[in-house]
Amino acid sequence: MSSMLQGRWWSWGFRSAVMLYFMVLIIFPILGIYGQSLSSGWSDFASNITEPLAWKAVLLTIRMALIATVVNILVGTMSAWVLIRYRFPGRRLLNSLVDLPFALPTAVAGLMILLLLGPRSFVGQLSEKLGFTILFHQPAIIIAMVFVTFPFVIRAVQPLLEEMDAAEEEAAYMLGATKAATFWRVILPNMLPGILSGAMLAFSRALAEFGAVVLVAGNIPGKTLIASVYIFGEIESDNTVGATAVSVLLLTFSFLILWTVNYVQMRRKGG
Amino acid sequence: MHIEVSGLNKKFGEFQAVKDVNFEIEKGQLIGLLGPSGGGKTSILRMLAGLESVDEGEILFHGKRVNDLPPQERGIGFVFQNYALFKHMTVEGNIAFGLEVKKWSKEKIKARVAELVELTGLSGFEKRYPHQLSGGQRQRVAFARALAPEPQLLLLDEPFAAIDAKIRHELRSWLRDMIDRLGITSIFVTHDQDEAIEVADQIMIINKGRLEQKGSPWEIYKNPQSPFVASFIGESTIVDDVSSLLGFGEAAAWPGTKALIRPEYVEVGKPSDFELLSATAKGRVRHVHFRGSEWLVEVELGAARLVTYRSLEKEILHPGDEVQVLIHRAYLFNDNDSWVMENKLKEDPMPVHI
Amino acid sequence: MRRLWIGLTVAVFALLLVVPLVRITMGAFNDGWNGFTHGLSRPETLHALFMTLTIVIIVTVINAFFGVMLSLYLVRATWLGQKIKQLLNSIVDLPFAVSPVIGGLMIVLLLGPDTALGALFGKAGISIVYALPGMIIATLFVTFPLIVREVMPVLQEIGSAQEEAASTLGASAWTTFWRVTWPSIQWCVVYGVVLTVARALGEFGAVLVVSGNIINKTQTATTLVYQDVENFNLTAANSIALVLAAGSVTLLLLMEWAKSRREVH
Repeated sequence: MSSMLQGRWWSWGFRSAVMLYFMVLIIFPILGIYGQSLSSGWSDFASNITEPLAWKAVLLTIRMALIATVVNILVGTMSAWVLIRYRFPGRRLLNSLVDLPFALPTAVAGLMILLLLGPRSFVGQLSEKLGFTILFHQPAIIIAMVFVTFPFVIRAVQPLLEEMDAAEEEAAYMLGATKAATFWRVILPNMLPGILSGAMLAFSRALAEFGAVVLVAGNIPGKTLIASVYIFGEIESDNTVGATAVSVLLLTFSFLILWTVNYVQMRRKGG
Repeated sequence: MHIEVSGLNKKFGEFQAVKDVNFEIEKGQLIGLLGPSGGGKTSILRMLAGLESVDEGEILFHGKRVNDLPPQERGIGFVFQNYALFKHMTVEGNIAFGLEVKKWSKEKIKARVAELVELTGLSGFEKRYPHQLSGGQRQRVAFARALAPEPQLLLLDEPFAAIDAKIRHELRSWLRDMIDRLGITSIFVTHDQDEAIEVADQIMIINKGRLEQKGSPWEIYKNPQSPFVASFIGESTIVDDVSSLLGFGEAAAWPGTKALIRPEYVEVGKPSDFELLSATAKGRVRHVHFRGSEWLVEVELGAARLVTYRSLEKEILHPGDEVQVLIHRAYLFNDNDSWVMENKLKEDPMPVHI
Repeated sequence: MRRLWIGLTVAVFALLLVVPLVRITMGAFNDGWNGFTHGLSRPETLHALFMTLTIVIIVTVINAFFGVMLSLYLVRATWLGQKIKQLLNSIVDLPFAVSPVIGGLMIVLLLGPDTALGALFGKAGISIVYALPGMIIATLFVTFPLIVREVMPVLQEIGSAQEEAASTLGASAWTTFWRVTWPSIQWCVVYGVVLTVARALGEFGAVLVVSGNIINKTQTATTLVYQDVENFNLTAANSIALVLAAGSVTLLLLMEWAKSRREVH
């Protein structure tokens, strides 16, 4: 009897501890930032959020992240296809390398890109000759975003390709479809849910990226200053209200994406 | 379509999946490829379809060699084991696919799809997705999709394997009727002998990559040409010492010969049940099993144990009962030869020994 | 066609992943072996690496424990309603969507020296923001979903039948966990832990905001890389980056290993 009671106390304590941890660590800060953004009044919030530089930063981030996502959709779909469908020496090595951007500190990634694209590097000089600069300009931001979000699409498409019944493809051939027609009409629709959810995740990660971008973007307001760097700048200059306002904007956007992904995945499993 | 296959061989690595297979199929026939799993049936089917390359041998359609023709150009309909329906397309979309890639006109496609939907009894399900259909319906969609481009040959890989036993019977006769009506040459693969016997005009028994026998179900049953075919078709027991069975003494002339005895070769009953009592031996009932429409009786006859059926109309037997056993015939085989031997005592009205 | 695709993929991987790694290595040895060792043996480097290591260890231990417990509750608990479970489940992912800078900002806003909570802790002599505790909290926040997301699907997949079988055989909850549940999730936990270590090791934005990047005090390896780059001390930055990259590659190998073990089980 006493041991049972003891067991119940134990598990009750455990539960509360875990739930409390969860609340304090995750829910509290998020509620906190939304609360804080409105703490100094609606007009203050509105003026911070309508600050043209802030808007420009957010819009630039979205534009850069979109381009990076499109690049990743193309490159990621191709890589997933090659890694699953073809057997060639080095395939396993490449497959392990996919996760490298997840394992590598983003600041290190930023440094790598900085070195590779810098004015003294081969690429830097080449682009200089061709009349444009990459480093500290928008292309560098895109490259940094592509790098850190590289694994998402690949990792989302691979399982779908692996699961796909080879007979479905053969059925298309038997019905007279060419390889190209089979790819577009049978294989691609099978990969599409993975491409979409991978792209959404990549997009939201690209929106949030800081470490890799801060080192390679010029951080010129209105031109190469992305939202997270803008927020960082506001924090550094002690304008927390401004930082909070932009954060809330960016957060809401990211949450919407995340929930869309969850919804799509749930529907896919349900259907 | 008239099909001729000669000297067909296929290897997967070291494994010889198909060994020197030859056959010919007349136009309009329904052929069952029957054999144990992993015996090479599906490989033969896939080579006919062009989904697997041919190592050696020739495949002729209407006398024309098609070995190097890609599957797209062979004009074959293929129904896959798990149907392989396109998950992201509706029933209509699936059926229309083969017509769309052949660039049929919109109206013609619409008409053809409607015709097939009607034919396969899928009316009302046109807009459904595969995951919203039952197993039997999916099978019919797969069938309709394969038929849509008007193929001259229909190949079906284990078409009923993924369907509940009850619906399977219905679908079998449905498929049989459908193929009869369309008059399309069809080949299906199965490991279920009942299915092959019930549906096919001609059965080809495939084992370990070889074609063991080809013929009508009745021929194969009556006249198995190899011990494998004999044991694969129907139920049977093997008796090692044939000459000890009453009426088969002559078999002693072939040492090392074994007998395969089917239940329907054996009759059991009270002495009064038999006209030729002298041809029967005394046995003892070991078990009786109720089989729904008959009794399955296991009898012990000396060292041998035989099974037979017994009508429900007859007197019920019990384990331990002493019964008379008559063996009408046995299928004898040794390493070199195989033949059917009738009970000699049954043939001779005046038996020598009493 | 096939060759073209393989070639293209190999090229992308080489350009995007391999060349940068090689370039970092070259950069670290720009001034020869001495430059490399000098960059690493500076007191601030040693201190930063030590900070990073401390954070990684503490964060991994705490999140491994709470992550596994929370996954168990979210999948198995009967004392949570279905709706609440779904809600909590979608909240778990939120840190993925939060920019690390914003994560850091949240902690500054809640626990900074000017806030009520921060002042309370300050009176007790504990500073959180611009000190180790804040950095740990920031990293905890960022890495929280990693283990939960690895473990939950497996728990869902294996179902509760085995656990029920164990309890009908008279096993206590404790025994059931260690002898039945744990063996089937252990490799996922290991995989999640490796991911957590990688992320904690590399966390930059959140830590930068929370720590204030005070040299020899709250500076971590990644924020030191940042500062060195800002100060045009590229060789030193490269040296630290090389050490971090080597750590990442090791983690990558561990990931592959954990993945292969996970598939076996």
